[in-house]
Amino acid sequence: MGKTITEKILAKSAKKETVVPSENVWLNVDLLMTHDVCGPPTIQIWKDEFGDKAKVWDKNKVAIFPDHYIYTKDEHAKRNVDILRNFAKEHNLPYYFDVGTTRYKGVCHVALAEEGFNIPGTVMFGTDSHTCTSGAFGLFSTGVGNTDAAFILGTGKIWEKVPESIKFTFDSEMPAYLTAKDLILKILGELTTDGATYCALEFDGEAISSMEMYERMTLTNMAIEVGAMNGIIAPDEKTKEFLHKIKTVEYEEFFSDTDANYLSQHNFNVDELEPLVAKPHSPDNTDTVKNVQGTKITKCYIGSCTGGKISDYKFAAQILFDRKVKTPTFIIPSTTNVAEQMEAETYKGKTLTDIFSDAGCSMAPPSCAACLGGPIDTTGRSVDNDVVISTTNRNFPGRMGSKKSEVFLASPLTVAASAINGVITDPREFLT
Amino acid sequence: MNKKLKGKAYVLGDNIDTDQIIPAEHLVYSLSDEDESKKYGHFALSGTPPSEAGLPDGNMPFISGEKNESEYSIIIGGSNFGCGSSREHAPFALQKAGAKAVVAESYARIFYRNSVDGGFVVPFESTEKIFDKIRTGDELEIDFDSNTLLNITDGKKYELNPLGDVLPIIEAGGLFDYARQSGMIE
Ligand code: SF4
Repeated sequence: MGKTITEKILAKSAKKETVVPSENVWLNVDLLMTHDVCGPPTIQIWKDEFGDKAKVWDKNKVAIFPDHYIYTKDEHAKRNVDILRNFAKEHNLPYYFDVGTTRYKGVCHVALAEEGFNIPGTVMFGTDSHTCTSGAFGLFSTGVGNTDAAFILGTGKIWEKVPESIKFTFDSEMPAYLTAKDLILKILGELTTDGATYCALEFDGEAISSMEMYERMTLTNMAIEVGAMNGIIAPDEKTKEFLHKIKTVEYEEFFSDTDANYLSQHNFNVDELEPLVAKPHSPDNTDTVKNVQGTKITKCYIGSCTGGKISDYKFAAQILFDRKVKTPTFIIPSTTNVAEQMEAETYKGKTLTDIFSDAGCSMAPPSCAACLGGPIDTTGRSVDNDVVISTTNRNFPGRMGSKKSEVFLASPLTVAASAINGVITDPREFLT
Repeated sequence: MNKKLKGKAYVLGDNIDTDQIIPAEHLVYSLSDEDESKKYGHFALSGTPPSEAGLPDGNMPFISGEKNESEYSIIIGGSNFGCGSSREHAPFALQKAGAKAVVAESYARIFYRNSVDGGFVVPFESTEKIFDKIRTGDELEIDFDSNTLLNITDGKKYELNPLGDVLPIIEAGGLFDYARQSGMIE
């Protein structure tokens, strides 16, 4: 019986010949990622358990990104960043990306890719459920809590149950009105939020091969939304190209065998799919944009690790170019790198930044911002009965701030089109 | 470890996500500072929409008034309990509020791991849907040996899945204690 890419990577990490789904194995971790929300309690547990003189298991394998509660006056939030800063200093950690310095990056999952931490064939754990994003580069990556992270920080090891794999093949060429967000919403609608609990999601097919790396990350990012442990896309030329622009690294590539065992396999023809939304209050409450067209909105949000990458802004710019938004629209790039690319990248001779400011959008510096609500003074946070359409990944009650607000999740094309009309709008209206 | 667990039921439905268990705006508090961490108990389950808080009637907050602890210690849920973010603050908040166990049809992976590895609450799986059969306030008893849940109030008994692989970690009190007992770490 053949093996899946996930099984092969886990076997290597567990130093075993092979592993089988449902087996619990101890893994050797290649990278641990944490941020300002879960980093401080992780560090505290680590100190309590390993003692004051404890040493980080490998300081070259720890990456810390303050990104969640960055631009706030909240004293507790500031204190948490201080804890990260002091910890990084005390242990001489090379990969701490401090806010307020030129090293600041922004949202961890996108920064991990841009800083070259997503190495194919490796095993990454992070104290954030969207750590699965990194799987777009052909590695095993998943989220854990603080206790597990503290254990890794001291030992470099963690137990994990080998997941069964579910495969999604997207055939045909992507139509101009679709993005990876529509594909993952399609999956969410079919599988629901617990349809892949404890499973690995594997993506392939023509539409995936021709997708740029940033777009692929939208698919793996939302693997957790169907309950999956990890999302994964086998490495290819695009992966190599992206990585080689950052640094030269040696890595091992793994691929699923043709006779590998899958829990289920799903095939889609992308040219038969339509732009989709997830209606309040769950990412699996999907519908076509057409069916909710005309719904009045009070806020538009284009940001986060899911929908605040350069690929997302290139999509949005196609629609916002030379038009004005009717609804307050927030553009919050995930990382400083994306923000720089927005200044450099042009559409019809105009930079993306200019397109957005001319369209009347509000822009704010990179961070998680209102993706998860955050402290009261967070930019773009939903208030009262706001009806938001957003490129983020979750629309649970209160996720973007106010418990009374409603959030629709959609692609950057759909959010941009809706911003122009002030009501939910199918992007095809502006793309013909 | 105590092989029987008794307490009052607090009943919730399907897909209780971590934003409902502990809303993101409260995540700034320290988990280790004695006083500050009480806030996690205070805000536990404060994100559940009122109509779904404490089924079947709803509008029964988990924590009343200014208290930091709940009168309910066994939480009943449906499928996909604890979905959403990886915040370990979620099972921690439940424990701070005095919860000892959750009985749900299924769990999101990270919440399940956090509950076990952090030694916060015991995540039992029911073999059938039970949140429509138990009422908030019912007196319950969980038996670890026979893997059953008894509703003392109405005398009905439900089966639970064995804890299996994670039982040794739960019995040890969490991942670190387990690792120490088995000689993995000092
Ligand atoms: S942008 Fe949103 S989903 Fe992504 S890491 Fe930040 S809070 Fe989480």
